[in-house]
Amino acid sequence: MKIKLTFWRGVFAVIMVAGLYSSYVRYLKGLGAISNMSDQFPWGFWIGFDCLCGVMLAAGGFCIVGAVYLFNVESLHSVLRPAILTSFLGYLLFIVGLLFDLGRPWYIWHQLIYMNPHSVMFEVGMCVMTYTTVLFFEFLPSVFERFHLQAPIRWIKKIYPVLIVLAILLSTLHQSSLGSLYLIMPAKLHPFWYSPALPFFFFASAVAVGLAMTIFESTQSSRALGRQLELGVLVTLGGALLVALWVNALLRFEDYWHRGLLGQIVKPGYEAYFLWAELLMAFVIPITLLSFKKVRLSPNGLYWASVISLLGFITNRLNVSLIGFETYVGHHYVPKWTEFSVTLMIIAMGFFLFAVAVKYLPIFPKEELAVEPRLRAEMVRVDAVPALAENAGD
Amino acid sequence: MSKALLYDATMCIGCKQCEQACAKQNNLRYDDAVAAEPVQSEHKFTVVLTKDDKFMRRLCMHCEKPACASVCPVGALHKTKEGPVVYDVWKCIGCRYCMVACAFGQPKYEWQSLNPRVRKCIMCPDRVKAGQQTACAEICPTGATKFGDRDDLIKEAQERIRQNPSTYVPRIYGLHEVGGTCVLILSSVNVEEYGYPATAKIGETPMPEYTGRVMERVPDFIPVWSLVLGGIYWISHRRNEVAEAEAEERKEKNGSSR
Repeated sequence: MKIKLTFWRGVFAVIMVAGLYSSYVRYLKGLGAISNMSDQFPWGFWIGFDCLCGVMLAAGGFCIVGAVYLFNVESLHSVLRPAILTSFLGYLLFIVGLLFDLGRPWYIWHQLIYMNPHSVMFEVGMCVMTYTTVLFFEFLPSVFERFHLQAPIRWIKKIYPVLIVLAILLSTLHQSSLGSLYLIMPAKLHPFWYSPALPFFFFASAVAVGLAMTIFESTQSSRALGRQLELGVLVTLGGALLVALWVNALLRFEDYWHRGLLGQIVKPGYEAYFLWAELLMAFVIPITLLSFKKVRLSPNGLYWASVISLLGFITNRLNVSLIGFETYVGHHYVPKWTEFSVTLMIIAMGFFLFAVAVKYLPIFPKEELAVEPRLRAEMVRVDAVPALAENAGD
Repeated sequence: MSKALLYDATMCIGCKQCEQACAKQNNLRYDDAVAAEPVQSEHKFTVVLTKDDKFMRRLCMHCEKPACASVCPVGALHKTKEGPVVYDVWKCIGCRYCMVACAFGQPKYEWQSLNPRVRKCIMCPDRVKAGQQTACAEICPTGATKFGDRDDLIKEAQERIRQNPSTYVPRIYGLHEVGGTCVLILSSVNVEEYGYPATAKIGETPMPEYTGRVMERVPDFIPVWSLVLGGIYWISHRRNEVAEAEAEERKEKNGSSR
């Protein structure tokens, strides 16, 4: 078999080589050699991005499972499997990220025997462990289907109600608990981001991100696979995203208002710039975009609104975990290139595994692939748009 | 009753013998280079800081309700009944949450090690258990660092302030901060000048309470939320089943009428 060298394969190779070099430094020279973390900044880019953002970006699974099975949004059925796959890979890679970040990763199993129920980190750990297992079971049917095994699919169908309830219960718990982690640092975290409502923010934003991420990944993969997406699915997701963004924005506003910070957040300053960037990208731009019906009905518009809001929420997590501590510490933390390269390697692995899974497993509905892309596009343009336009109206 | 250390900065002469005794007690290297380091680190658990002609010691505060112990997912840190907050390295997974959570920035990390440990003053727990004083208190030539029962030391500190009100800032740092600590500090200047967090900032609420308020709801939240989710699932599912059954019925009816 000959592998053709394309641009993205070249990028992938470079990322993997750099990542492997960094892994070598990490495990043979220690955390001090690979990162710019210090006693003042014990949590760096890996916690901020790989852990906080990683788990947040993997929220699509439980959002779509909830929408389809709890609220009977049948139209989202076609993105159920890609969303579950993304989440499953997301959590697996989060655990890979942890193996880099933990000082003694070989003792990660201690979590199971030396439990401290007062620790938020313990709760997060247990939830993530259990939820990854749940996601594994939710993912399994596509593997069984690929090999035409009917019996195990029936078994999984039998426990599906339990899996669904567990998926949402565990996600509620650990998505919000990632915010609770920071509740114990009232004197360290900047007031722009320290709030007693942190767990609510983290959960609410995870729901928005789950929807945005589903739009992003299904658009991306449909482009890669060269087929047209069902516009109806995207429009449903886009509408839900708009509502979720409004809820998030109102929660944040109400918090700043309640704590009397509205006057401060508009004053220019180091933290304020980062907060503005976050609020602009997470709320102002995507909400404005999605308020136009034209954007809500265009795959491109939905895609960009989602991407911008994702960038906004990523900024939020990095603000909470890194920027918010700089004033307390008194100096800046800039990650070393090796820290970035490990993260990039993990992300690249995620894209690679996703592509492999999509190629070899029945992740996307089959009938869609059968239709000629251009023909389908025309069909959508002719039939679906007017009908959808009526439904999607305010 | 819990033991404590009272450090009176006005009595300190900056001889750094406490640093040396601490290093010896904990098997740490101590030479002129280490003595000159003005910061705490993984190889220096306590430091005597100098500013103008005044001195100030820094060390783990051994909180009554330690944040580090409450956040540790594997319970590698815990408060002993004698007072010291100790560390079981064999449990530690290296998540460093203790370092992030500590309001006093005390836990330090062996960043260069391949099997890194969290390092901090552990208040000589073996000596304390055996009824001895800590190494730093024992060596102190002026009694600036004094070991004793926490309650007695508080009384003594109050007495010192009462007798020499012009000498001291009229407060015992550590008496109420974050719910009280087992290191109490008397000083003629504000301890904040030496990097201690301001009382107004850290408050008098024990840090574990901030997360405890959320964590204590979890045991109730799990069954309630499971029931709600299960209920919604059942209703949605049931609705589908009914719809299907009705459709089936209609089909049959249509079939028979035809």
